[in-house]
Amino acid sequence: MSQPSDNRLRFKLYKEMLRIRIVEETIAGYYGEQEMRCPVHLSIGQEAAEAGACAALEQRDYVLSGHRSHGHYLAKGGNLKAMMAEIYGKATGCAGGKGGSMHLVDLDAGFLGAAPIVGSTIPIAAGVAFAAQMRNEDRVVMVFLGDGATETGVFFESINFASLKNLPIVFLVENNFYSVYSPMNVRQKGDHRIVDIARAHGMEAHQADGNDLECVHQLCTQAVTKARGGGGPSLLELITYRWREHCGPGYDNDIGYRTEAEFLSWKERDPVAAYERKLIANGVGTQPEIDRIAKDLKLEVEEAVSFAKQSPWPDLDTLSTQVYAN
Amino acid sequence: MDRQLKFSEAILEATDQAMGRDPSVYIVGLGVPDPKGIFGTTLGLMKKYGAARVQDMPLSENAMTGVALGSALVGMRPIITHQRVDFALVAMEQMVNQAAKWHYMFGGKAKVPMVVRMIIGRGWGQGPQHSQSLQAWFAHVPGLKVVMPTTAHDAKGLLAAAIEDNNPVIFIEHRWLHNISDTVPEEYYTVPLGKARTMCEGSDVTIVGTSYMALESLRAAKLLGEAGISAEVIDLRTIRPWDVETVLTSVRKTGRLVVADTAGVAFGVSAEIVATVLEHEFASVKAAPIRIGLPDHPCPTSPALANSYYPRAGRIVLEVRRMMGKEPITDALPLTSDQKLDIPDASFTGPF
Ligand SMILES: Cc1ncc(C[n+]2csc(CCOP(=O)(O)OP(=O)(O)O)c2C)c(N)n1
Ligand SMILES: [Mg+2]
Repeated sequence: MSQPSDNRLRFKLYKEMLRIRIVEETIAGYYGEQEMRCPVHLSIGQEAAEAGACAALEQRDYVLSGHRSHGHYLAKGGNLKAMMAEIYGKATGCAGGKGGSMHLVDLDAGFLGAAPIVGSTIPIAAGVAFAAQMRNEDRVVMVFLGDGATETGVFFESINFASLKNLPIVFLVENNFYSVYSPMNVRQKGDHRIVDIARAHGMEAHQADGNDLECVHQLCTQAVTKARGGGGPSLLELITYRWREHCGPGYDNDIGYRTEAEFLSWKERDPVAAYERKLIANGVGTQPEIDRIAKDLKLEVEEAVSFAKQSPWPDLDTLSTQVYAN
Repeated sequence: MDRQLKFSEAILEATDQAMGRDPSVYIVGLGVPDPKGIFGTTLGLMKKYGAARVQDMPLSENAMTGVALGSALVGMRPIITHQRVDFALVAMEQMVNQAAKWHYMFGGKAKVPMVVRMIIGRGWGQGPQHSQSLQAWFAHVPGLKVVMPTTAHDAKGLLAAAIEDNNPVIFIEHRWLHNISDTVPEEYYTVPLGKARTMCEGSDVTIVGTSYMALESLRAAKLLGEAGISAEVIDLRTIRPWDVETVLTSVRKTGRLVVADTAGVAFGVSAEIVATVLEHEFASVKAAPIRIGLPDHPCPTSPALANSYYPRAGRIVLEVRRMMGKEPITDALPLTSDQKLDIPDASFTGPF
């Protein structure tokens, strides 16, 4: 991205990333009111990976995710109001209140669903890619997973199958070094384990800085282009860091599983601030322009919160419906 | 001796004492040594017994259940913990095909003394994949034992007994019990598996409760008592093998049976109990038995829906009155407008 004509893309990427940040910060801000009565896994700190990856996809492409899915849903174009309402348990939510934060869905945006049983959406995503391939459709699937999910059996089995069948899928691993409060060294060995697993199965794999928005976007674009052209699956491991507690709105650097210093060192590498600096330094944007974007986004998100709060509760009749499809 | 301990602390004490008594006991599970220590049930164990016997693990429940099983075959006594029943489902194969069968299929030559702890979530939007009560699945499998303690006293004694047992024991805790206190003796003791406990005696109706629903049954019995109906409440404590004799004896006396289970009614533990009682005591039964449990659909996340998903004491009262031909009441426990039904007590502010 060196042409001035790419500046529009740069702004689009930045805005997408900042939007996730603002949505998540807003959720964190309101959570204490105890009106969002479901667990939330925020992705503050990991926005570059999420925005950069989804920007490589077309609307017709599919995304699936796990428990920490807000950013993936938003970056893929998921409806913000429907997401907020879902977190508030309202009838206007994307799943009618049945799912909550851990079960987002927006079919129009190609966000097929998120489910919080770790690892479980990996083979499902492979199945979606399998169908696209069978029907000769021009669709690529991207599945988001964490470092912890790469320890599940289905991860290995899905990698093997996707590689065997040359499926049009990208396995997007956001490695934030933790599975809840368990650090890497009690779960995995080796710094290249995750990419090596994919490579051992004959799959192209790359490890990259997940906080570098343009780098993420470039890598993902290559992987998606390859998959679209029949070149098969890839795995991308993006190194990043979750700022907030594993689940919930607060910080948990004080409880003993990681240090404040470690957190602060990652905060230094804030993907949002870093890209902002880059935009300004390269003359792509000015501070007032950036401030205006942030202001507009905040308005949009506050509006979504109001929408969610004012929305009606789901009708009790829906409690027992939709167990089976017609 | 009247020391009060929370259910979670009782689990911790049982584990601690079992590990102290028997060097072959070890515990493994996601987050076991972490700062939250499985809702407090494993806090401090790592410091006391070291990293070899108190282990975190990769996010690999299926393999790790096999690992626990393998170590049990050659003399270890593993406890593997899961923070939700739902997460343990990926290890179903190891539990059902393997752990449950090895003793039988090798003609008694293999032994699998392992405990699998799992927790039923409820409230605060736990939803469809963090709240399932699947005791009937496990109880359906010969070779597995299934335990569901209700009180802190029994949590300690039953966990100790489960660890001593030479078979795979599925030990299911209800998240809403963890903070409830009870008198718990300091010394090591076991509560035998397969024995129910009569929580209160009565003559009009037998209410058999499992886990958290035993507490709701007790609340219902109190309300019924105020209305002149004498209910006997039995805390089943062990789901398999269950205490048929205690339940039959009670029904012989009361002639009426209600079973309140934390799980779905369809194909569930309550069905097994009702069927067994009718098979043996048809002649003593004065009214059609009633099963109280979850409705026949998944758990929704929205509190507006989930509030109507879980039956509570008021519902038990209602059903008992109906069974006894008393005039109907709309709800024995009417809600105040600001009451939150998706938390166990006011101190709970989410998210898990
Ligand atoms: C099968 C299963 N086991 C355990 C859990 C509990 N759990 C929820 S999220 C999580 C950590 C996942 O770590 P990772 O994949 O690295 O994602 P991150 O939270 O870091 O985004 C765990 C263990 C679960 N949801 N499903
Ligand atoms: Mg992680």
